[in-house]
Amino acid sequence: MGAALVRQLCAQGYSVAAVARRRELLDALAEDAGGGPGRVLAYAHDVNSIDEIPGIFESIVHDLGGLDFYVYAAGVMPGVGPEEYDTEKDLAMVDVNLGGAIAWTNPVARYFHSQRAGTIVGIGSIAGDRGRKGAPVYGATKAALATYLESLRNRLAERAVRVVTIKPGMIETPMTEHLDKLVMPISAEKAAKDILKVSRGRLWNERHVPLRWLGVSMIIRSIPSFLFRRTNI
Amino acid sequence: MDSAARIQRRVRRETRPRQAFEYVEGWGMAVGAESRVWKPTSAHEVSEVFDQVRSRGTTLAMRGSGCSYGDASINSRGDVLDIRGMNRILEFNEDTGIANCEAGVTLRDLWRHSLPRGYWPRVVSGTMFPTLAGAAGMNIHGKNNYKVGTIGDAIQDIDVVLPTGELVTVSRAERPELFHGIIGGFGMLGAITRVRIATKRIHSGDIDVCGISSANLTEMMAYMDAHTGDADYLVGWLDCFAKGAALGRGLIHHARYLAPGDDPEPERTLTIDHQELPGSILGFPKGEVWRILKLFSNDYGMRLMNFTKHQMGKLEQRNGWHRQSHAGFNFLLDYVPNWKFAYGRSGGDGLIQYQVFLPAESAQAGLTAVLERCQKRLHVSYLGVLKRHRPDPFLLTHGLDGWSLAMDFKVTSANRGDVWRTTDELTRIVLDHGGNFYFAKDAVIGPKTTRQMFGEERLAKFRELKEALDPEDMLQTDLSRRAFGSGGDFTSVPPPAPSVGV
Repeated sequence: MGAALVRQLCAQGYSVAAVARRRELLDALAEDAGGGPGRVLAYAHDVNSIDEIPGIFESIVHDLGGLDFYVYAAGVMPGVGPEEYDTEKDLAMVDVNLGGAIAWTNPVARYFHSQRAGTIVGIGSIAGDRGRKGAPVYGATKAALATYLESLRNRLAERAVRVVTIKPGMIETPMTEHLDKLVMPISAEKAAKDILKVSRGRLWNERHVPLRWLGVSMIIRSIPSFLFRRTNI
Repeated sequence: MDSAARIQRRVRRETRPRQAFEYVEGWGMAVGAESRVWKPTSAHEVSEVFDQVRSRGTTLAMRGSGCSYGDASINSRGDVLDIRGMNRILEFNEDTGIANCEAGVTLRDLWRHSLPRGYWPRVVSGTMFPTLAGAAGMNIHGKNNYKVGTIGDAIQDIDVVLPTGELVTVSRAERPELFHGIIGGFGMLGAITRVRIATKRIHSGDIDVCGISSANLTEMMAYMDAHTGDADYLVGWLDCFAKGAALGRGLIHHARYLAPGDDPEPERTLTIDHQELPGSILGFPKGEVWRILKLFSNDYGMRLMNFTKHQMGKLEQRNGWHRQSHAGFNFLLDYVPNWKFAYGRSGGDGLIQYQVFLPAESAQAGLTAVLERCQKRLHVSYLGVLKRHRPDPFLLTHGLDGWSLAMDFKVTSANRGDVWRTTDELTRIVLDHGGNFYFAKDAVIGPKTTRQMFGEERLAKFRELKEALDPEDMLQTDLSRRAFGSGGDFTSVPPPAPSVGV
């Protein structure tokens, strides 16, 4: 999804800094977008390396000549069996989905605060709307992320900084490849297009992508707990 | 990595001195830049910051509360040292009124400490938020400049961390050339970390104030000149839109301290409660009042506001003498928090302040020419403030036996070039009349103006000090590069407007 966002922003003429783990994929992405009107600057970095973050962030702002739009799209969702209680696997998820998000978004928020402008976009999930059997920690990290972003939104509102939480439904990305079947799937390109549209608008603070998931989410959230535990959602 | 190690890794110790990467802007919002901002909490940490900045080969700007309107505390090519973490009042002598403070103490901290003990800072600016380090670095003045001089005149001694890392104490007796160079030296010679400053005995928390409406500039200057002897504070507000015979009409505020016994209940007025500024204005919470001002933030609206204020001034004169709290009288700029937002909040919007100083003999002619030129160029200041000044012994001082007029010009991304051209014309008028400028309020002047207003001799002395204390030229700001370069322009090139938004 991050790659799709980079390609689209670049095609629209923006200078984009792409931060990801794998150097070869980043370089391919930079090359791919290179023909467009914008430019892509690639930074290889693992969000688990928290100590690197302030330095990389500084160089990004210097290299781009400023910053006004930021998306945190890193996330992992390893398969978790119905009777699996693996702390290491779960904490790895917390590290990337939540720890990395906080470690990156904090300096960005401070910078936007001082700049009195900017947009922060975080990728939550429909999985954060309800505690499901299948993904206890994944759902919890996404719920926590949504709450964290809501706090930032309230904190930064008086500084004219916008904070958007995107809650994607099922998107065809490498993260969901191992799932058997996707319900109402859309492509990463379509999702990225929606995300940019929503983030530029003023209407939504939290938005399901695609929007039809909002209806689904409302239904799921309204199921009483004693019934919800009998379902296989 | 096992999970225990992973958890341990996440608990990191914060590095000292603290630092953050931020967008740093001048108070007027028209100029700014990204910088690593260092936030030391002791003189030792300040010298550590110097070490780190030097080892990375970059430059460093000094910053207090960032109240300078322009680029005095901005460094688009390096780091920034924010002194606000050092904010303890170390000692206050209740017999002499001398306060010994860390340099990040603000004027607000100082008066809130001294007032209940019967003292008021001798010199305060129109806002209470500047730090003592910033105030000393810019050598700020108040509405009583003609009487008591600048804040430098009230300072007894200062501690300074020199770029070499050495901590020195300087005063009028101890290394006076450093004392007179660093005060007013706009952070070019070292970091001020402690200030010992004298305050004034007061016998009431109130002050006697009288408004005098004046029909034009001549009348206003005549009144102020006639009362420099008996007034403790004199300040003139000007309607810069008025033309012809009414040019420079406005309202003078004449204030004097109360003598012992004048105030029937000093124990009530000498409290912080009594000094609090009103929480709302005409029923609006004051934090939101800028939104209303914004509706008037155009030439028509401001013409109306200035006209209305002038008429209100006539009413105020009829009321005669009345009492106002010290904070209420002095900190006019703090009544409406963030009033600068009225000039717009998006990237590139804001204001610059432009304050011209003219010697007494040519002030009348110079100020008239300045006001008329603004009107001709259709860049009329939305606020004009006239003050009387006196000379002081500091090296790069703006003080002179004469007058100053402070003006606010609205800046947008579109009108920058035009505003800068207007100020260029004004700068030439001021220099022709033997005038000068003041760095806390400046965003425009170029090297040629600096050379002309200070003269080669004073500049050479300053360069000599800079050479000796900071041979690597580590301490720099956008201001120092703009106004002390080698170029031959009266006015600098306007900095590009920050562009924001996807």
